[in-house]
Order: sequence, then structure tokens, then C-alpha cells
Amino acid sequence: MAYTIKVNGASHTVDVDDDTPLLWVLRDVLGMTGTKFGCGMALCGACTVHVDGAPTRSCITTIDSVGDSAITTIEAIDRTPSGRSIQQAWVDLEVPQCGYCQSGQIMSASALLRDNPHPGDTEIDDAMSGNICRCGTYVRIRAAIKQAAASPAPAAKKG
Amino acid sequence: MPLDQVVGAGISRRSLLKLVSAAGGGLVLGLTLPWPVREAAAAASGTFAPDAFIRIDRAGQVTMVMPYVEMGQGTYTSIPMLLAEELEVGLDQVHLEHAPADDKLYANPLLGFQATGGSTAIRASWEPMRRAGAAARMMLISAAAATWNVEAAACHAASGAVIHAASKRKLGYGALVDKAAALPVPEQIALKDPKDFKLIGKPAKRLDTPLKVNGKAEFGIDTRLPGMKIATVASSPVFGGKLASLDDSKAKAVKGVRQVVRLDEAVAVVADHMGAAKKGLAALEIKWDDGANAHVSTADLVREMDAASQGPGVVDKNEGDVAAALQGAATRLEAVYQVPFLAHAAMEPMNCTVHVARDRCDVWVGTQIAGRARAVTAELTGLPPEQVEIHNHYIGGGFGRRLDVDGIALAVRIAKQVDGPVKVVWTREEDIQHDIYRPYYYDRMAAGLDADGKVVAWSHRVTGSSILARWLPPAFKDGHDFDAVEAAMGPYSFPNAHVDYVRHEPPAGLLTGWWRGVGVTHNAFMVEGFIDELAGAAKQDPVAFRRGLLDKSPRARAVLDLAAAKAGWGSPLPAGSGRGVSVIFGFGTYVAQVAEVAVGKDGQVRVKRVVCAVDCGHVVNPDTVKAQIEGGAIFGITAALYGEITLKDGRVEQANFDSYQMLRIDEAPAIEIHIMESSEAPGGMGEPSTSTIGPAVVNAIFAATGVRLRKLPIDTAQLKSA
Repeated sequence: MAYTIKVNGASHTVDVDDDTPLLWVLRDVLGMTGTKFGCGMALCGACTVHVDGAPTRSCITTIDSVGDSAITTIEAIDRTPSGRSIQQAWVDLEVPQCGYCQSGQIMSASALLRDNPHPGDTEIDDAMSGNICRCGTYVRIRAAIKQAAASPAPAAKKG
Repeated sequence: MPLDQVVGAGISRRSLLKLVSAAGGGLVLGLTLPWPVREAAAAASGTFAPDAFIRIDRAGQVTMVMPYVEMGQGTYTSIPMLLAEELEVGLDQVHLEHAPADDKLYANPLLGFQATGGSTAIRASWEPMRRAGAAARMMLISAAAATWNVEAAACHAASGAVIHAASKRKLGYGALVDKAAALPVPEQIALKDPKDFKLIGKPAKRLDTPLKVNGKAEFGIDTRLPGMKIATVASSPVFGGKLASLDDSKAKAVKGVRQVVRLDEAVAVVADHMGAAKKGLAALEIKWDDGANAHVSTADLVREMDAASQGPGVVDKNEGDVAAALQGAATRLEAVYQVPFLAHAAMEPMNCTVHVARDRCDVWVGTQIAGRARAVTAELTGLPPEQVEIHNHYIGGGFGRRLDVDGIALAVRIAKQVDGPVKVVWTREEDIQHDIYRPYYYDRMAAGLDADGKVVAWSHRVTGSSILARWLPPAFKDGHDFDAVEAAMGPYSFPNAHVDYVRHEPPAGLLTGWWRGVGVTHNAFMVEGFIDELAGAAKQDPVAFRRGLLDKSPRARAVLDLAAAKAGWGSPLPAGSGRGVSVIFGFGTYVAQVAEVAVGKDGQVRVKRVVCAVDCGHVVNPDTVKAQIEGGAIFGITAALYGEITLKDGRVEQANFDSYQMLRIDEAPAIEIHIMESSEAPGGMGEPSTSTIGPAVVNAIFAATGVRLRKLPIDTAQLKSA
């Protein structure tokens, strides 16, 4: 059936089965491929988006559960101060290698930083251990979250 | 002998520039360049393209065509650094493009064909890419000198412009392209003195990072085309099995499902989106004919390998008289070491998008081996290779998996039955259960010590599948697989040594392939574990014992000393903790690591700290070297703690990240890296850290618990103390 969902501030109507995961609506129906498929079972975090601000695994979030929640994806995370801080720290510390998991990492990290501006190691572990990085960038992810926490958020880009 | 030296022996001394010239005449536009490049060049007439890697247009835009793929290892920064260093442009002035498939223009000079793997990219590019950049710079300078009617020697290049200092004149490269394009490629190319390097050796920001923090980097799986369908696939769960019967009525009733494609050994559901394709696949009623492998299990395979390993094998090395030396030894040790089948589990699941049209075929994929991708597509479609185009992409983790083209072949076979473009995406389960696995190795080690604890004999028999025999048959000669036995003596020297290889293949249908670290990774585990055992038998400290065997390898000894010093080797640790060391030479690089582990009463192992010393010769991008050590260590710890693919009833028992676990951030150790200054030729960095860490961890567990583990993954049940 038809569902109207709100993604990055815009409304989209899609006609899919009610049990269709949000991940495939974003990637295949709406063509927003920044959100990645990794496991399909909420085991790896590559598909993480924000649903009303909460980091959520879109691969197990069915379209009929979304309602009128505000969905934010990697494509628009730079509209939030914590998102910009995390992206800047990721660039400064050269976190990504292959980069495939990094959309999910950044979505988890920016949610953490918004809720907890100065996370300690345990809090970073708790927030980030659902996100697998096969290239093994964990050391830099931890350092980048700390750097982002210690730096003022970059200004929003205009336009 | 390493892969790169054997395979490429015929051409390894030829510069890539010469290779390109030989391939079609060098400079003349439109003769040496592949058609997409040529097309682009024609569209922007006046483009200066002195070789297959550099194009400069009239606006001065420098485009570099990348023959090696970017899969996280930093190639899309380090190769441009080599070109830009000599071309005299800043990295911020460079635009990058993926190279098309072309084994002539874009061959890896160490391998002889277009491939990214074996930690070869920097080694293969070190001289050719600098020469390519220098040749282009010399031609641009000549063009400027002719324009001003001055000596070329009086001009120099900087930041994308040629300058005549005496007259303070300056012309940007864009203004020189027409003249430069008409000049011959210089025969004598002078490379910079390394002391004048502006880019090489200094930390450079990766050119692909900005795209990888905002979701804009396009991986193969992100391909979008008008009218494209999405398919997902189920192959016979038993290797070598066939499709027996299929009822697809329920699948076809799923909203969004368009088609069900039958192949001999697989079924694919084609749909509007992956959600529908997966739902359709789950609704299929499939009966498989399991075939000959229906009852294969890992335990059976290991029993067979144990029998096969009684040997004898094909001799790789035979120095002195091992039998006599063992006979006369004061102490003899024997041990069997084993490592399991491993899946690659790259984060980007296997995928490939194909559009088969009447007179051409386009393939959108991330591949480490574009030329072979084109060849297999041509073969399966019956089209000539020049009517097949491979659109390469960023790869969401390679680790050797994308050196095989099975996923491309499967996608092409499916696409032949689909009208329009189709993206075939494997589920994670399919990706893990139909991988091409790192072989199981079953190695017999033996050594003899004299009364002073000196090693008088070393014997290492490797038993396992031959990847080379399948992947590169000409390199598999007389039963000898140089990859399987690579680094089978470590970096050490022994007065009497014997290394041999017994080929033992798993049942037909189960394929083995390259996995990060290849032969070095498996042999380092065997060698460095067994060396630790010998140190124990000699009642010597593991670092001191290794030093004594490294007289002929000063670079190995230097990294060992540095790692030990930085790790505080010998200083006390809490109960239940221990340090372990390992040292390797592989891929042209020397690495020593000290791992610090804590073993809980429940047997759980935590790697707390890794100290790494590396001598990889001349460093191109120091930050990338560090990143590869960090990531390689995490990759190796994952394998040591968790990595194991097992078979039961011919099926892989692991399926997703719950049953095939990855190390997570809360388990990641602190990693300290010390890079040695060196003016030696660069070594590879993609794999050494993965090779070194496993044995360091196992040796640390021994130090912590007294339990010697000779098999991976680590069996925590053996480590329980409560």
C-alpha cells in the first residue's frame, strides 16, 4: 500500500508492502544510497538512520512502523551540529578506509554526541559496538568522537 | 618466491611507461587510450594525454586515471602522490577516475595484468608512476620553453604551471597542452632526488575521505540506472549441488517481484527493490539436488589432510641435511599447526549490476581484477571484449574477495535472462555461505636444537589447497605453489632447513582464494608459534631467541628490537596477562608486533595493546601506513579470536555476523605504531599487519596462561582457569 514518509524534511509517498524494510525504501525506491546494506539483521549497523533522532537500524524497521516520524539519513546529517562535528573529526583524523560502514558509524556517533556531548570510553563502546567496521578503523573512530566532543561544531553550510 | 616476482618476472623491469608505449605508440591521442577515455578526450579536444594515467585539458584540469582500485588501502591518494610529485601539481588540483578494463594499458607491472592485490600497488607504481609524472612535466616544460624561445633547462614547473624565472614568465599547464601533445615522450627521464620530495613521505589527506563521510562515495552496490531491477540470489547450499525443482508461484505473487530466473545451481528473484526480492526469495519452494558433497564435513576434511600431510611433499627448500641434523639434535620438537577456512565478509555484500544489450554489455561493479571481469563477461555473453565495458567503483572492502569474478559471472548469467539492467545483490548469508574461502592449512613442523639451544634443523611441511593452481595455473609448476610456502621459514636463517608442500583440495565445488595476507598470514602463524615453542625448549626469552636467528636479516632484527623496546618487553604485567611477539618479512616489508593480552578465568581473551614496528622502505603516505597497520591488526585479531568457516552436510554452518563474528569497537586494543626511516624501495602495507598479529596474540596467551594453542581460532575452553 502507499505510505508517506518524511525523510530529511521532505515527504515521499511510496507504494510497497507493509513489511518492507525502510532500508530498501531509502536505497532502491527513493534512490538515497548513502545508507548501506550490511547484514539485514541489525547485526552490523551499516544501515543506521535517525528516526525522530534515535539511531535506528533501517534494515529491520518496516515501513508500516515509521508513521510520521522524521527520518534523517547520512545525506542530511550535516544539518545537525553534532553531525557536522562528527563529519569534521572523521575528515581530520582520516577515519574511513573502504568507507562502506562509515555512514552508519557517523549516524551512530552523531546521535551519541547530541545526547552526550562528552562521552567517555564506556559510553562510546555502548553507542558504537553495534557498528562493525571490517577495515578496523575503531581506534580512529574513538579518537574522532573525542575530538568532535572537544571542538565547536563547524557552521552549517549555506544553500 | 612471492607472487609479484614470479608472475611478473618477464616484465617487472620494464617501466609501465615503456609498456604503454609498446602497447600502441605512446603519445598520439586516440591510439593508445581506451575508448571511454578517448571519447572524453575527444569531447574536450586539445587534451594532453601523454600516457594512460594523466590527462590535462585546456582549462588546466589534471585528471588521473587510477589503474589500482581503492578498497580502503589508500591507493587513490598514494598513486596520485607519486604522479603529482613529479608532475608538479598539488593533490588539490587533481581529479580522479577509475580506469576502464584494459590489461595492456593498466597492467600491474608486477603481475602482468590489471589487478590490485598482494600489497603490490605501491611497489608496482613506485618507479613507473613517478616516471609517468616526470615525462609529462618535461613535455610541458619543453612546450613552454618553445613558446618563449628559451632553453628548457632555464624553466621549472610548480603547482601546475611552468615558470621561466629569469624573465618571470609563467604559463599554466592548460595553456600548454596543445603544444605538449605534439611532442615526443622524452627517452631520458630524470626523477627527483628524494630530498626534494614535496609530497612523498609527508602525511597527505586522503582524496576519497570527503566522499566517505557524507554518503556520496559510490560503491558498486549503489549503482542506479533507469529501469534497473534488483535481484537477489540463492545458490545451492551444498557446494556442487543443483536445482532439482522449483515452485515460484508464491514468490511471483509478492508485490514488486517481476521475474524468477533459474540457473543450473541457483535461483534469482528479480524485483523492483531488494525488499521485494528478498521476500520473493523466501517464498520460493526450492528442492536442491545436493550431489556428491551432501555429507562433507570439516572433520572429514581435516582427517584427510592429516593423512595427506604424512607426505612427502613437493620440495620448496632443502638446505643442508635436515634428517641428519634432527638425528643428531639434543632436543627435537614436532608440532601440528592448523588454520581454518575463512570467509572475507567485506562490509559491502557481493553485488554486480549488468545490462546485456544486443551488441554490448555494461557491468557496474567494484572489482580488483577488471580485465578478467571483462573477459568473463565477454565469454558468457559471446560478445567481443571491446563491446564489454566494466565500470569500476569504490570497493566496500576487498581483502582478496574481489580478485575473483564468480559474482560477476553469476550476475551476467542472470542478466542474460532479464530485459534491461539488473543489479544482483547477495544477502549477507549468501555472501558468507558462497564465498571463495581462505584455505584450511594443516602444517607439520619439526625442529632440532643442540645442547646450547641453537636451532640445528628446521622442517615445515605445508598441506592445503592450491589457490594458484586454480587462479593462475601457469604459476603452479610441478606441484609447487610458491604462495602456500611463502615465508615458511619466517625471516630466519637455519643451518639445515626443509620446506615442502602437499597439495590437498577440498571437494569439487568448494573453492579457495586469496585472503588478506595470503601465504604469509598462514605461515606466520605456524612459524612464529613454533619459534616461540623452540625458544621455550631452549629456555630463552622469545625476543632474544629470535634475535639470535636474525644475523642475516638486520632489518627484521631492527623492527624486532624497536617493537620490544617500545612495548616494555620484560616489564611486569598483572596476573592473567601476557606479552607475545612475532616478526615477519612479507610483501617487501618488515613488521614486528608485541601483543598484550588478558585472559579471564572464563578463558575469554582480550587484546589490550599492540605495539608495532615497521620498516616498509621509503614511505609514501605515512598516515596510510599507520591506518593499514591499525586495520590489519584488527582484521587479524578477528580471525584469531573468531574466524572459522565450518562445513556440515556439505553446507557452511556460519551465515551472518552472529555466527561469523567480527571484532567490535569495545574489543579493539590500543595500537601504537613506530615507522622506521628507510630509503629502501617501498614495501607493501595492505597485508603485513594481518599476518603478524595472530601469532603475537597466541604467543601472548601462552605467556599469560602457559597454554600453547596451535590452532585458530583460539579455543577459549582450553584457557578456562576457574
